[in-house]
Amino acid sequence: MVAQRLALGLLTLFVVSLIIFLGVELLPGDLAEAILGQSATPETVAAFRRELKLDLPPHERYIAWLADILRGDLGRSLANQREISELVGVRFANTLFLAAVAAIISVPLAVTLGVLAALYRNSFYDRAVNVVTLSSISFPEFFVAYILILFLAVQAGIFPSISNVSPDLDFWDRVYRVILPALTLTLVVVAHMMRMTRASIINLLASPYIEMANLKGLSRMRIVVHHALPNALAPIINVIVINLAYLVVGVVIVEVVFVYPGLGQLFIDSVIRRDIPVVQASCLIFAGTYILLNLTADVLSILSNPRLLHPK
Amino acid sequence: MNDVMKLLRSAPPSALFGMLVIVSYIFVATFGPLLTPYGESEIVGAEFLAWGDEGFVLGTDNLGRDMMTRLIYGARNTIGIAFITTCLAFLIGGVFGLLATTVGGWVDQLLGRIVDVLMAIPTLIFALLILTILGTSIPVLIVVIAVLDSTRVFRLARAVSMNVVVLDFVEAARLRGEGIWWIIGREVLPNSMPPLVAEFGLRFCFVFLFISALSFLGLGLQPPTADWGSMVRDNATLITYGDITPLLPAAAIALLTVGVNFVVDWFLHKTSGLRDEH
Repeated sequence: MVAQRLALGLLTLFVVSLIIFLGVELLPGDLAEAILGQSATPETVAAFRRELKLDLPPHERYIAWLADILRGDLGRSLANQREISELVGVRFANTLFLAAVAAIISVPLAVTLGVLAALYRNSFYDRAVNVVTLSSISFPEFFVAYILILFLAVQAGIFPSISNVSPDLDFWDRVYRVILPALTLTLVVVAHMMRMTRASIINLLASPYIEMANLKGLSRMRIVVHHALPNALAPIINVIVINLAYLVVGVVIVEVVFVYPGLGQLFIDSVIRRDIPVVQASCLIFAGTYILLNLTADVLSILSNPRLLHPK
Repeated sequence: MNDVMKLLRSAPPSALFGMLVIVSYIFVATFGPLLTPYGESEIVGAEFLAWGDEGFVLGTDNLGRDMMTRLIYGARNTIGIAFITTCLAFLIGGVFGLLATTVGGWVDQLLGRIVDVLMAIPTLIFALLILTILGTSIPVLIVVIAVLDSTRVFRLARAVSMNVVVLDFVEAARLRGEGIWWIIGREVLPNSMPPLVAEFGLRFCFVFLFISALSFLGLGLQPPTADWGSMVRDNATLITYGDITPLLPAAAIALLTVGVNFVVDWFLHKTSGLRDEH
């Protein structure tokens, strides 16, 4: 099962790289002409095409491109001729940092809220959390972000509204500056994780062994935390990892709102400038991370479920 | 008429609120031009006028256009495009999903694998890649988002109709020698409707948020078309002065999605008879 899923994941990565590569092939017009502008002579265009290896047939170029990427060479940006791996490296680290801070806040919060909602289900608290989370999924990310800016940055003045981090800042200073974007992401992902936690615990509460625990006279708290939660962990872990994948990809808009120097911001800028090599590289990194995390989620849920681990 | 009244009376307050929101949005979107004296991108005064200045209820935007007018026209554009996109996504996803289960065999396998791969790529990233390649225009936007979104519809349509195609009346239709499209349209589709209708609401919300997000990033509807996502971005500087005007279009987006979600929630409860009471 696991091997099969891993193979499928690799296949998906391959297809994605193919799509990202072929996508550019479909680009109307010629890349070399597009870069050099209309005033370029045919000779310069031809020379440039040779330099970009545009004169080779597509399959050879695809293999060369893939080999370069596997060696860590992502090519050069069209806009400023800088090495893309240089541009992307620091920014991707920043993006992961933001996602990590958001995850550290949101995962414990979601599980606690979910357990409490299951414990006090159909109470006022449960219904209130339900309405709040249902609404927070419905809000556009930038709405949440600007509301936080309005209240916490502009009116209260506690946090900065622009998260400009630089490598020379110390760790806590960086955490302080990414708090607002991290809170925005938290509000966006908590709902899903919390609902899943609540649903999987409530599902288990109907099983005979919980009734047994009930009849023994254990407290509700003890039953939910010690008896139901461990068995509900598999689906919860699965949904957490899927949400982590979403965090890494979902940062794009949040990064733009807070002008955070992450990969998402670079990606959007490159899309607007149509800087194709950078778009390709960022796409590949985002899609790769997303696929790998989803793969991890699936593998974890197979490993934690004996029925899937030993199929008949 | 009596039935409708009865149904409405049985709805919880959240669902009634949702319906009220949806109806008023549809009203504004339909009669938009009659509700405002100004044109969609008509410059009427100075930039960034405050609320109530010179008779502009919500002031003016970054180019001196009436904010209220932009909001009204924004309802038209954003909701209209999201609605068309969702319909297209359902057409593609629904037809292929029902086809996959009704025909079965290798068609099902092939479509299933294609959808698996498409779903493995994050939607926003994929959409941005394609928009870079094809450039941003409304038809491209609609088709790209519809195709990406149709994968989810496909999954649902397939899952739901899976239980329908094995029923006796479908078998009977097959034995009568009915054509595949007749079976899909007359036997399978009507019996797979309720979950699909609920899903339509949810997908609409998703598409609506997605288009707003793209517009917010400057890659969706292009100016001077009024659009809620880009209106937030254009006027965002006002927030640093504590002015909530730029939040109005964002709130308009949020209100509609919340409304639709409430109605869908209620609809799902009604049609499935599912209630989480243990």
